[in-house]
Amino acid sequence: MPRAPFSPARSPPASEAKLSSPHRSAAAAARTRRRQLSERLFRACGAIAISLGLLFVAALFYSIISHGHTAFWQTELRLDLEFAPATLGLGSSTPSPAELGAADYGAVIRESLAREFPEVVERKERRDLAGLVSSGAPFTLRELALADPSLIGSKRSLWLIADDEVDMFVKGTFDRATLEAERRFKDRQIAWIDRLQAEGRIEKRFNSGFFTSGDSREPELAGLGGAFMGSVYTLLLTLLLSFPLGVAAALYLEEFAPKSRWLDLIEVAINNLAAVPSIVFGLLGLALFINFFGLPRSSPLVASLVLTLMTLPIIIIASRAALRSVPNSIRQAALGMGASRRQTVLHHVVPLALPGMLTGAIVGMARALGETAPLLMIGMVAFLVNVPKGFTEPATLLPVQIFLWADSPERAFAERTSAAIMVLLVFLMLMNSLAVILRQRFERRW
Amino acid sequence: MQSMSLDPAQPSAGPAADPVTVPRPETGLSRQSQPVPRTLPSAPERTLGEPRVRNAAITSRMVSVHYGAKRALFDIDLDIGRHEVIALIGPSGCGKSTFLRCLNRMNDTIEGCRVSGEIRIDGQDVHSPELDVVQLRARVGMVFQKPNPFPKSIYDNVAYGPRIHGLVRTKPETDELVEKSLTRAGLFEEVKDRLKAPGTSLSGGQQQRLCIARAIAVQPEVILMDEPCSALDPIATAKVEQLIDDLRKNYTIAIVTHSMQQAARVSQRTAYFHLGRLVEVGTTSQIFRNPEHQLTVDYITGRFG
Repeated sequence: MPRAPFSPARSPPASEAKLSSPHRSAAAAARTRRRQLSERLFRACGAIAISLGLLFVAALFYSIISHGHTAFWQTELRLDLEFAPATLGLGSSTPSPAELGAADYGAVIRESLAREFPEVVERKERRDLAGLVSSGAPFTLRELALADPSLIGSKRSLWLIADDEVDMFVKGTFDRATLEAERRFKDRQIAWIDRLQAEGRIEKRFNSGFFTSGDSREPELAGLGGAFMGSVYTLLLTLLLSFPLGVAAALYLEEFAPKSRWLDLIEVAINNLAAVPSIVFGLLGLALFINFFGLPRSSPLVASLVLTLMTLPIIIIASRAALRSVPNSIRQAALGMGASRRQTVLHHVVPLALPGMLTGAIVGMARALGETAPLLMIGMVAFLVNVPKGFTEPATLLPVQIFLWADSPERAFAERTSAAIMVLLVFLMLMNSLAVILRQRFERRW
Repeated sequence: MQSMSLDPAQPSAGPAADPVTVPRPETGLSRQSQPVPRTLPSAPERTLGEPRVRNAAITSRMVSVHYGAKRALFDIDLDIGRHEVIALIGPSGCGKSTFLRCLNRMNDTIEGCRVSGEIRIDGQDVHSPELDVVQLRARVGMVFQKPNPFPKSIYDNVAYGPRIHGLVRTKPETDELVEKSLTRAGLFEEVKDRLKAPGTSLSGGQQQRLCIARAIAVQPEVILMDEPCSALDPIATAKVEQLIDDLRKNYTIAIVTHSMQQAARVSQRTAYFHLGRLVEVGTTSQIFRNPEHQLTVDYITGRFG
């Protein structure tokens, strides 16, 4: 094609260009100012949105941490205990394990308190005095005695968990100035606590039971251990089920399936499944896994099956996106040198897509970790004192535990609820940082 | 093949076709998205020149390709001789890359692409069920337009093909083949100290030579090159062209190129494609010195394309 000759005659003279230029007039200057203003406004909008978001996050964290941090320390009382066989109700000083198990350890605590406060004689007062120590303390002593029978007949000075009201008072949750009728803690109890404190017999010590024990009706004994292990079991199984399934589905859909109306239908179905309210999956799990297949109720097994159903669409969508982002030239290169489809996908495409797939899986896991609604439907809202030891034992999960504690009337459960949320958030952050680390580790340039 | 008795592209006896009888486009060719009937008169029904060679490495007869409803290639007959470099030239979208990709069935990987006609490599039908496509692609290697080394080390890039095809068993064997392939591709001296470095860390020209080394490591019979130098600078291009010339001793090479100088430099035969038809085939010197078809003349003289 003959190119249009460039003729200088066709461009206007320089002076004319200057006069008629649309970019030098006053109107143009006004346009420029308007444009610059709108640019600034646009940027300011983004900055405001970000600051608002950060503000809310900061408020959330402040509220949770300020309420919850005290739960990691638990008030304990140091008592001088005499393990006299007579007090324990034992016949001999060398009892059998069965006798040790049945002994009255509460009597040892009551006897020690009576020695500490000899002026307390009235029955009602004595009950209030015994109420300073947690009702779980005798069980702690029983465990000690069973582990070490030489305890019987000896004298020990031991730290015992205080009652939750003592704990609340020591932590300053309520004021001693309030009227006695308006609080559960009596004036004489306050006096005793003051005396114990003056003697150095009261201390806030690290609350290891919060992380190891199961749930309890007594706030000072309630721990996250059961819920944490339940969450670990459930997430582990969910990951084992949903990641291979999701990746296999994504690989087939993205790399092997011929384009067809069926494929479009499946794609729409997957996208819709990702948006289905999670409680619906809970109902499905109840109907299918518990009622039809007869799997054990409240078990991490059923929970993980339900959460697998819920996270599968997320993992499939993320994995497909990761596979699509692998440049086609890599596939062409492998196929062009005689790699089979399977070799191409496994040797070249999957390694490049793996970081994205892992990120998707961990995002799905994080969602599963925080999910509560479907678990309500499959009986995970159970009061469980035992820490689960397997996939089929009854268990509860962290968010359900938070829900249960938030529902409890005792004041001490409020700080435990916040502390449990902190643990859940830390768990989530750990998982997300794992995602980041995995991503950076496997990320490769092409 | 002899079995193809109905061959519409019987070689015309010498320069019989009169270029004048072909209507010349008045304003140059508008781009190839023109509806087919409008441009049909300019594309001939018959190929000029001699598309067949004796003892060919690859023969193709009546090869047509459809992408969905769109027809991309019209009954192509073209032989590729042994140890020759054939250049496929023509304007963008004329089907030369499509034809190249038919030869190792890379078109299979494109959704909605249908290939008809017969392509034989050493007398064996590439579409026959007996010939495994993986086997075919091992015999017919390919180098792509954009250098596309795997995101692995230089060593693994070259060793990958021989490994999956079971050509090497031991580490020393692999080492030897990698060195041989890189040496043949003229890259070994430049990378011998950093074989563990990623292939993507090389320069564009080195990457393309790595891709060629990767292709020849599989020990193919034919190498297809789809505009191998279009992403390279003139120095890298010169190196790759030199390499192609060296490789001719051992391989049959088909190269698609947009550069007519390149076609003239590296090839012995040249095929000119236009709008999905093979317009003219001949020795490279004949095509460039004495083209018969007006379209070839127009393209070579730079009037379009």
